[in-house]
Amino acid sequence: MSGLPEEHLRYPFRRYGMDHDRYDWSILPRRKPVRWPADARVALWITVSLQWFPIDMKGKPFKPPGAMQTAYPDLRHYTLRDYGNRVGIWRIFRLFDGLGIRASAAVNGAVAARHPSLVQACEQRGWEIIAHGQDMDHLHYEGLPVEQERAQIATTLACLRRAAKGPIRGWLSPAKSQSGATLDLIAEAGLEYCCDWVNDDMPYPMRTKAGPITAMPHPSDIEDYFILVQNHLSEDDFTHALTDHFDLLWEEAATQGGRIMAISLHPWVIGQPYRISTLEKALRHILSRRGVWAATGAEILDAWKAGQ
Amino acid sequence: MPWRDPGYYDWLPYNETRPRITWPNGARVAFWVAPNIEFYELDPPRNPARAAWARPHPDVLAYSYRDYGNRVGFWRMLEVMDRCGVRGSVSLNVAMCEHHPEIIEECAKRGWEFYSHGTYNTRYLFGMSEEQEREVIRDSIETIRKHTGQKLDGWLAPALTYTERTLDLVAEMGLTYVCDLFHDDQPSPVKTRTGTLVSIPYSLEMNDTIAYNVNQVGPRAYGEILRRQFDRLYEEGAESGTVMCIPLHPYLIGWPYRLKAFEEALRYITSHDKVWLATGREIAQHFIAHHLEAFKAASVPVGEAP
Repeated sequence: MSGLPEEHLRYPFRRYGMDHDRYDWSILPRRKPVRWPADARVALWITVSLQWFPIDMKGKPFKPPGAMQTAYPDLRHYTLRDYGNRVGIWRIFRLFDGLGIRASAAVNGAVAARHPSLVQACEQRGWEIIAHGQDMDHLHYEGLPVEQERAQIATTLACLRRAAKGPIRGWLSPAKSQSGATLDLIAEAGLEYCCDWVNDDMPYPMRTKAGPITAMPHPSDIEDYFILVQNHLSEDDFTHALTDHFDLLWEEAATQGGRIMAISLHPWVIGQPYRISTLEKALRHILSRRGVWAATGAEILDAWKAGQ
Repeated sequence: MPWRDPGYYDWLPYNETRPRITWPNGARVAFWVAPNIEFYELDPPRNPARAAWARPHPDVLAYSYRDYGNRVGFWRMLEVMDRCGVRGSVSLNVAMCEHHPEIIEECAKRGWEFYSHGTYNTRYLFGMSEEQEREVIRDSIETIRKHTGQKLDGWLAPALTYTERTLDLVAEMGLTYVCDLFHDDQPSPVKTRTGTLVSIPYSLEMNDTIAYNVNQVGPRAYGEILRRQFDRLYEEGAESGTVMCIPLHPYLIGWPYRLKAFEEALRYITSHDKVWLATGREIAQHFIAHHLEAFKAASVPVGEAP
């Protein structure tokens, strides 16, 4: 047998650090400790994704989490996703208003175009709007012509800016899917931070052709969809995941400097009547501790940058 | 002709016909923790039998999810193991020695063992020629010796990928134990062309990847699984020594929401007095020195399937 082509035993990037140049290798506990405003121990950063899944999804190059599943027309999944924007988000608003939490809403451009008042409802509460691509069927991937990808980003930002008053500084790709050029293009479009990479609990600098951009921690694990839908765990498991996660970060922050508790939510998942209280329980636990700073992504970014 | 049975072991059921295993100091369970310290490449050459990533290149989500283990998760896992007084037996993608020597240094400082888990977790053995596979094993032996001074004794194939020759070559090149076979809760002889090779129980069931990514259990349930596994092996270990392994991945166990339940389970296990906190190498050496011949003698050939 002839074996594999020779390249399988060649390692052109076997070297110190990473096997690419987007960011440097860095060890979390060996970094300069971070100080948050008022010496908070944990910055609580919640992102709520406001998404539109078109019913004629092409799923190119793959179907994102939450995509249509039956043959066309999949009324069932289409309307349940839409439930998040009509109903679920309003339960979240009520909960967060009561707790004094301002979140970052990651909004598809199409959602801003279809429901501008939803964007305004976020901003009236002091929430931040960040860009979440055009819609859930416009993924960013290698093979998408660069001009098309650039246009998708421009369309997204134009839709958001028409509906929003505040600046758009952050980016979350639909399904966290990127092409090799996405980081370059979003930096070129003036965005300052990106939420796609899940390799850190804290911000870190990334390189792009248009200058540096900051990677903000936006875990795929501490997420309602991952825990409740993908892993089929219980509502109590979700509460425990949030409180256990927070407790460890809070303890760690006592000796290692400020930490970020980043929670990613989807109103069509967590906004169900039987689930919303599990989120409330966890948030009350978190907010009962001293030294918790509930902030938006942009506020956390600014505080982090000021200390670098 | 492809195998119908890999033929690595004879028949020796888990009953009274099996020779009794004794561990040092009368321990009932030889307990070892095997952190998989891995490097996944963003854009490896594509093995014809398996793609490295589910999504098209660049699979930012899956790649960065694993990178979390080295930047963040490893360091938290290390603290937990220190607090519980447990040494690791590192299942090492040896290219980690070049990429992240700081991690290797911390493990070496604590007297942890290094065994090979291939070069990268994105380079698979499927389809390799004999010479290519030898080259991979040689690379592992040399890289581990160069960076840690240790002789390579153990093997867990990268991403559990194999050829029909893998275990023969591993034995021929002087390694003494493998973690690739899941047929037993005690060590057992492995039949290879040459050399002396034993299988040390590793466990997919206790593996955090299987628990979290395949069986999709929650962290507290994982802690309960570990405790129940231990309780039964500790009970059975009164009759004949058993082995319990917890294979870990820092990119999974190192998440804040998973650590506490793991630490509680580890504390529970290590609080028992008849537990031998061992490394893979120590278990293999003890078994080879004291029990291998008796196990071979008690084994009987497997009959021919029709």
